[in-house]
Amino acid sequence: MAVSTPQSSTDASTPGITLTQTPTGPCAVVMGRWTAAQLTVREVWASVVAALQAVPAGTKSWDLRPVQGLDHLGAQLLWNQWGRAWPADVQVIPSQRAVIERVAKYSTAAPTIPEPTWWGRFNALGGLLLHAFGHVKDLTRLIGQLLLDVVKLVTHPREGPWRDMSGHLYRIGATALPITALVGFLIGVVLAYLTAQQLKQFGADAFIVDILGVSLIRELGPVLAAILIAGRSGSAITAQIGVMRVTEELDAMRVMGIAHGYRLVMPRALALAIVMPLVSVWTTLMALTGGMIAADLALGISPTFFVNALPKAVDIANLGLALGKSVVFGLLIALIACHFGLRVEPNTESLGKGTTASVVTSITVVILVDALFAVVFKDIGI
Amino acid sequence: MSAASETGSSGFTGRYIVDIRGLWTVFKTPAAEFVIHKNLDLAIERGEVVSLVGGSGTGKTTLLRQILGLETPAKGTINILGQPVAKLGETGAASRVGMLFQQGALFSAFNVLENIAFPLRELKTLPDDLIHDVALVKLQMVGLGAQHAYKMPADLSGGMVKRVALARALVMDPPLLLLDEPTAGLDPESADGFVSLLRSLHQELQLTVVMVTHDLDTLYELSTRVAVLAEQRVIVLGPPKSVIAFTHPFVHEFFLGARGQRAMELLREYPFAV
Repeated sequence: MAVSTPQSSTDASTPGITLTQTPTGPCAVVMGRWTAAQLTVREVWASVVAALQAVPAGTKSWDLRPVQGLDHLGAQLLWNQWGRAWPADVQVIPSQRAVIERVAKYSTAAPTIPEPTWWGRFNALGGLLLHAFGHVKDLTRLIGQLLLDVVKLVTHPREGPWRDMSGHLYRIGATALPITALVGFLIGVVLAYLTAQQLKQFGADAFIVDILGVSLIRELGPVLAAILIAGRSGSAITAQIGVMRVTEELDAMRVMGIAHGYRLVMPRALALAIVMPLVSVWTTLMALTGGMIAADLALGISPTFFVNALPKAVDIANLGLALGKSVVFGLLIALIACHFGLRVEPNTESLGKGTTASVVTSITVVILVDALFAVVFKDIGI
Repeated sequence: MSAASETGSSGFTGRYIVDIRGLWTVFKTPAAEFVIHKNLDLAIERGEVVSLVGGSGTGKTTLLRQILGLETPAKGTINILGQPVAKLGETGAASRVGMLFQQGALFSAFNVLENIAFPLRELKTLPDDLIHDVALVKLQMVGLGAQHAYKMPADLSGGMVKRVALARALVMDPPLLLLDEPTAGLDPESADGFVSLLRSLHQELQLTVVMVTHDLDTLYELSTRVAVLAEQRVIVLGPPKSVIAFTHPFVHEFFLGARGQRAMELLREYPFAV
């Protein structure tokens, strides 16, 4: 027979356009399945784009009747091709017309986002400043409230949230011991090995006790512990309080007349103030143990010598300084974590942002305050 | 019927859009096993709106999640558009099935338009301006103005969240739409608006809809058929009127109990009213 061979089913469903010549001019015959499932296949899309480009710009005559499926994506594509107006001569079946008319009705220009003006930028800058000032104000208020709450706790100890506090002591302190021990031990080993390599060159092997003693007890122990606790418990506190905001538990507490500061902030702040020095001592001890073992292996300095030389190498004032620093770190971590937790807005995105901001801020503040301590107490203990 | 609607937009020509046969669902705990579905059969034809109802713990939402392929049954087959459900999760799934989650499940990091365009944009085939146009059309199809395009999900009301989620589910024109409690958490007025939107979209787009709902108004307004889950299977599947006539304690409690009470409420005098 003279008819062309029937196309296979996959070919027939592939969207395409054939151009035919009619007495009135070229006519674009659209065929195949113009649906999202087809058009989003990469090869199909490439061929459709090529076919659309091959259609002469001024084609007035379109025939959509052979199309096997037309959804809104296909209709949008054709509508955009037509320059968002019906061509002069178009053959469509009613269901296709309905889809195209719906697309035509809703194909509006997108609302433009207004360009920022200088006045707008000036206001945005002011907004940023007010935002930063809001943080300072809230944090100050939190510290003041904490002081008042502590006074209340001292005067009325029987009403204190003791059970809560012991829970926080366990969760923040006791459960953090393994991770702080591991990190402290490894840092001690690494520091001792690296120092040993240098000291060997000068034959100053014995000074490893001084170096490790001062650096670990005075600086690394407290800072390491504080950074680990900030990452571990600071984020947890912010997330806990933030979730309470999202689930309206904070509002429920307030309605019952239970103060957030007294019931949420104070137990955590006091628990961290107590736990932080303990964890710091623990981390320092572990780091010294690691350093001691590494010194024995690398330089042959016996643990006995190490332990005997340590009190002479490190002034006792360093211990007090380290403990004092740790208390301050603990309080700061708790206050910052609670501050960001209480500022969370009742949606999940804000919760994520708040938790990230809390950890970043508390670690930064720990390091800044440590530098401050180093400057202020530079004459003590060295 | 037109060429477009005869085959739907998917190209699938079989009779049953959803075909579940011999389904067993078993929840295992260390102590015991709970059989939720036992030899459950359910076949849903093109263009139907089927509501799944049942008491709590009868596995309505589990069944919906199994139809989506989010959970795997212990035994039995689920075919969606003639294909095993495991194939549903492949690339371009959004063109086969759309799901409206109870809370909308909008991506909070994206604005409204980006949320709607997400399934198309992830395929990385179409140009951005076309995707933008398509998303904007879908946004207006669900009855929201173009001025909401750049809002964030956190700034939307509950009814708007549901509408945007619906637009996202429909962005690739899937023939099958699943709804989990479409009107839960909406005030009566937005619920009514949403139900009439669903009905008009169902007619215009020739969708097949499966929904889980507790809301009788929604159920009567939308369903062409109701499937009652009880005794670990579908005890009755039929038009709402015939389901109400079915004799079963749950059916009686669910349809006649609540309705009867409401009718009573209207009749009752309030002796304690002030």
